[in-house]
Amino acid sequence: MTTILDPTAERSIAARPRLARPESLDGLKVGLLDIAKSKGDIFLDRLEQRLSERGLEVIRYAKPTNTRPAPTPLYQQIADEVDVVIEALSD
Amino acid sequence: MTQLPDTGWVAVVKRDCPTCELTESVLATLAQATSLTVYTQDDPTFPESVPHDYDGSLDVSHGLKIEVVPTLLRRENGQEVARTYGWDKAEWQKLTGLATLGADLPDLRPGCGAKNIEPGVIEDLLVRHGETGLQARKVEIGSGEDEIEAMFDRGWSDGLPVVPPTEARVLRMLSGTARDPQEVIGKVPSDLADCTVEKVAINAVMAGCKPEYLPVVLAAVEAVLEEPFAMHGVLATTMYVSPVVVVNGPIRRHIGMNMKGNALGQGFRANNTIGRALQLVIRNVGGGRPQEVDRATLGNPGKLSYCIAEDEEGSCWESLATERGVPEGKSAVTVFAGYGLQGIVDQKSRTPESLAQSFAESLKALQHTKLYPGADAIVVVCPEHERTFREAGWSKAKLYEELHARTQRLADEIRPGTGGIAEGTTAFADGTMAKKFRDGGIMIVRAGGGAGMFSGIIGGWSASGEKGSSPVTREIRL
Repeated sequence: MTTILDPTAERSIAARPRLARPESLDGLKVGLLDIAKSKGDIFLDRLEQRLSERGLEVIRYAKPTNTRPAPTPLYQQIADEVDVVIEALSD
Repeated sequence: MTQLPDTGWVAVVKRDCPTCELTESVLATLAQATSLTVYTQDDPTFPESVPHDYDGSLDVSHGLKIEVVPTLLRRENGQEVARTYGWDKAEWQKLTGLATLGADLPDLRPGCGAKNIEPGVIEDLLVRHGETGLQARKVEIGSGEDEIEAMFDRGWSDGLPVVPPTEARVLRMLSGTARDPQEVIGKVPSDLADCTVEKVAINAVMAGCKPEYLPVVLAAVEAVLEEPFAMHGVLATTMYVSPVVVVNGPIRRHIGMNMKGNALGQGFRANNTIGRALQLVIRNVGGGRPQEVDRATLGNPGKLSYCIAEDEEGSCWESLATERGVPEGKSAVTVFAGYGLQGIVDQKSRTPESLAQSFAESLKALQHTKLYPGADAIVVVCPEHERTFREAGWSKAKLYEELHARTQRLADEIRPGTGGIAEGTTAFADGTMAKKFRDGGIMIVRAGGGAGMFSGIIGGWSASGEKGSSPVTREIRL
């Protein structure tokens, strides 16, 4: 544990808040990421169908394996191409 | 560890001290005669012949405020009533009442510096005992976190890694000034938050400054906060500028600033970190960040750090600080809202008139050849160019006069539309000579390597002078 001193004017809290979720998906591109657990694709197929029915653009992605973090080119691609991402964690 | 006795004698020693070694026999005698608790600072086996405790953490020494070893002190009922340090036979005999104590030893031997106040050690002790006096909020970085990454994540970085400002580092930084860490220097735009000496020190640590640079950083922060500099406007502008710091006076040599080869470039810690510290204060204390309040279209690379030192020695001209009223022998900073570097290449001129004309032609192009008045400018004159003026006997005043005159253009030529260019100036009547610079709008600084006939222009802000930013000079307080 290292203690450092705050270099700012301390007008915001020290803990960093998460990014705010968008209020609605309207107009956003949605990514669906299959983390390669069994039957995750079935769940994502259904999600894709329902989101497309709402008129949203959906892009599918897949990790090569569930045992390691997503490869850098994959998450860079996701960050570049879509506004929000939904991961399938199934089993 | 033996507790400090409420009543009794206490001695603090270290092996790495000839006087402490000398007094070992005296301590042995004292231990036989009365209640004596001995604390050793550096070696648990010393002194061999006297029962002792090892104060390896130096917490006891710190609590007793030991400065010299050996120290002998007397406590009664929980209070210290007497103390002596070093070996002074008469004093030790008098204090202890043992008239023959150390009779065979020399009369006097000075003590050594105590380990608990050594640089590097004292800061850690103050931190551990919560006695730093520092007021800034503490931020804990988890043991699994990378400190450098954590600071990037918090938005405290200017894009390059910053040094984690631990309490010990900030304490060491504050040793570079005699000023009270809680002294409020001013309010930094755009958040207009109070900035203390301590907050500057924290950002100076992050920038990589040494403690001896802190007075220069403080002077630069104070200077940009002076009203004529218009820091808020300089920050917010869509134009290129940000504070450029010019350092004059003896402090340049004392802290190892570079004013010779690569004077405006990288590779010299003082130059690069002082400029950086100022920018970090603006970002972190003032809240000024690109694409937020800072609306610069392009900005310029100097927004990372832009701090130069004038090469005063061997110049035929008075320094910029002297010109601006700082007494000789004093150190000062001048801050200027500026950007980039426009080169002036002239390898053929051998007369001052020709060289001044070269300077003027380049200056006319500042911002735009047809924008009159343009902005303020610093002309950085390299030694080989200054030589030309020196050999001709041109004073600084003479060069200023020539540059102001030679940069004028006929108003008719610079109207919007002339030369097929829509941009232009309507501020001057046809048939009159338009001035490129306001009075005092050019500042000359001599710097650079000994070889190369390459001077340069640091351009200013269109809003120069009363309508915007004026340069500010401030003496450096240690």
